[in-house]
Amino acid sequence: MSSACDFLVIGAGPAGMAAAATAAKLGVSTLVVDEQPAPGGQIYRGVEQRDANKPGVSHDDWARCAALAQEFRASGARYQPNTQVWQLEKNRKVYVSDGAKASCITAKRVLIATGAMERPLPFPGWTLPGVMTVGAAQILYKTSGWVPHAGAWIAGSGPLLWLYAAQALEAGGKFEGILDTTPKANYVHALRHGINALRAKEYLDRGMALQQSVRKSGVRIIDDVNAIEAKGDGALNRVHVHTGRHWQDMPATRLLVHQGIVPNTHTTRSLNAAHRWDKAQHAFAPVADAWGNLDAEGYAVAGDGAGIAGAEAAAVQGRLAGLEAARALGVIDAAQRDQQAMPLQAELKQHLAIRPFLDQVFAPRAGLLTPHDDVLVCRCECITAKQIREAAMLAGMGPNQVKAFTRCGMGPCQGRMCGMAATEIIAHARGVSATDIGVFNVRPPLKPLSLAELAALQAP
Amino acid sequence: MSQELITVYVEGTPVSVSPHDSAAAAALKAGLAHTRLSPVSGEPRAPYCMMGVCFECLMVIDGVPSRQACMVRVHAGMRIERQNEAKVWA
Ligand SMILES: Cc1cc2nc3c(=O)[nH]c(=O)nc-3n(C[C@H](O)[C@H](O)[C@H](O)COP(=O)(O)OP(=O)(O)OC[C@H]3O[C@@H](n4cnc5c(N)ncnc54)[C@H](O)[C@@H]3O)c2cc1C
Ligand code: FES
Repeated sequence: MSSACDFLVIGAGPAGMAAAATAAKLGVSTLVVDEQPAPGGQIYRGVEQRDANKPGVSHDDWARCAALAQEFRASGARYQPNTQVWQLEKNRKVYVSDGAKASCITAKRVLIATGAMERPLPFPGWTLPGVMTVGAAQILYKTSGWVPHAGAWIAGSGPLLWLYAAQALEAGGKFEGILDTTPKANYVHALRHGINALRAKEYLDRGMALQQSVRKSGVRIIDDVNAIEAKGDGALNRVHVHTGRHWQDMPATRLLVHQGIVPNTHTTRSLNAAHRWDKAQHAFAPVADAWGNLDAEGYAVAGDGAGIAGAEAAAVQGRLAGLEAARALGVIDAAQRDQQAMPLQAELKQHLAIRPFLDQVFAPRAGLLTPHDDVLVCRCECITAKQIREAAMLAGMGPNQVKAFTRCGMGPCQGRMCGMAATEIIAHARGVSATDIGVFNVRPPLKPLSLAELAALQAP
Repeated sequence: MSQELITVYVEGTPVSVSPHDSAAAAALKAGLAHTRLSPVSGEPRAPYCMMGVCFECLMVIDGVPSRQACMVRVHAGMRIERQNEAKVWA
C-alpha cells in the first residue's frame, strides 16, 4: 500500500505539531505520523485525556500544550497515530507500519521531529526487574496516574528528575530518597554561564522552585553520589550507594534512574546524514542549518532530535521548519518566510540562553560514563563492558567492527541502549575522543517487523 | 481520567485498567515483576523505558509474540502474557 503528501512530519510532539500547524495553515498538504496513540510527544503525552486540575501539572504548561494540540487539530493537517516509521529512503519514500500492516508514504519534504530519549548509562544491576527510568515512571504517571508508594529510590541527575519527583510527591507518591549524582563541581563551572542564564530567568526560577519543593517535602536526599549498584536475585531488593568515602546499603523495591536526555538520533542516522559530537551535551546530534535542513535532500529536523533545547524551543523550531517547508514547496517565497521567521528567531534565542548553564550543571559524572568490566552494556545480546573493551583494543576496532565482532547492538533495540556507552568505552580504552570513534551505523528496519506486516507492502 | 475501567487478562488473571493504559502498564498494575526472560541469558527482565526505545517489554499480546507492550494500548479482553522464549525476527 502507498500514499503521497507534500509535507510529511514524523512525530507529533511540540516540534511536529507546531511545524504541521504552521505549514497546513499556509495551505501545504501535510501529514503527521506518530507511533503514539495521541498527540503530545514526550512532554505533553496524554494532553488531550488529562484534566486541567490534575496534581503535578502546572496550569501554564497544561494550557500551553492544550492550545498547541488544538491548533494542530484545527490546522487541516492530516494526522495518523499508532504509525511507526521503520525506514527512510533518500528519495523521501518513508515506510511505516500500524503494527499489522506496513505501507509507504512518498513526500516532497520530510521533517524528522522524533525528539529525545533518556541517556542510557549502564550500571551494575540495571537489567534487574524493579529498575526503570525516571522517564518511564513519568510516562506511567502521565498516562496511568501511577506513582510509587514504598521502597522506591530515585537516582541520577537532570531537570527531569526533579520535575518528576515534584510531580509524583504532589500526586501522593512516596520515595525512600533521592540519590543525586550531580557532581558538586558542576555548579562552580556553570557559574561562568550564569550571566547568560539570567536572561532566561523564568526557566531558572521554575527549576529552583521544583528542587526546593522536593527538598522541603522532607524526602531524604543524598548529594554528590559517585556510584550506584542495583542488587537482587531475579528482582531488585537493595541499592548500594557510594558517596565520598563509603558504600551504603539500602533496601529497595524500585529504583528510578535518570541521567539527562539526549537527541534520539536513530532516525537521522539511518539516512546517513552528517552528525556531530556535541561536547557540551555529551551526545551526538545531526548537523543542520538554521532551518533544520539536513544534508539529505528534502529532509529536515526540529525539536529535541536536533539537540536538546526543551519543549518551548522545540515548538519554535517546528514553526521555523514549517515555514521553510512552505518555502521549499513554493507556497511562500523566501522574503515571506524570513519576515514571519523574525520574531520566532528572537524567541528561540531567548529559550536557548539557559542551555549552556543547564548543560554544565547536569553534565554526566565522568566516572559513570565508562562502566566496570563486568557491567552488562548491551541489554539485548548480554554483552559486557569487558567484551567491548577487549574488542576495541584488538587491532583498534571502531564501533561497527566491535558490533560485528561481539554482537553488541545487534538485538531488537538495535543499539539504542548500548550505542552511546559503546562509543564512550571504545574512545576511553583507545585514548581518543568520541568524535573520532563515531557511533554504530543504523540499518533499516528501524524497528523489527513481522513477515505479515511486510507482506502488506505488496498489496495494491 | 474518569473513564470506566476495562478488564484485561494478565497471565490469565483479570485486572481492571484504564483504557488509556499500555499493556506494559497493565502488567505493572497486575504486579508482574518480570515480563520476559532474556532469550540470550534467560534472566528475568521488565519494561525499562516505557517509550519504545529499549525493547525490554516484548510480550505475547492476544497470542502475538514480541509486541512492544509499552507501545500497545489495552482493549477490553486483551490477553497479556510473559514472553519466555526467543523470537526470530523477519
Ligand atoms: C521520557 C521523557 C520525558 C520527558 N518529559 C518532559 C517533561 O515532563 N517536561 C519537559 O519540559 N520536558 C520533558 N522531556 C523533554 C522533551 O524531550 C522535550 O522538551 C519535548 O518533548 C521535545 O519535543 P519534540 O517535539 O522535539 O519531541 P517529543 O515530544 O519527544 O516528540 C517526538 C514524537 O515522535 C514520535 N516518534 C519517535 N520515533 C518515531 C518513529 N520511529 N515513528 C513514529 N513516531 C515516532 C514519538 O512518539 C513522539 O510523539 C521529556 C523527555 C523524555 C525523553
Ligand atoms: S519498555 Fe522500553 S521499549 Fe517498551
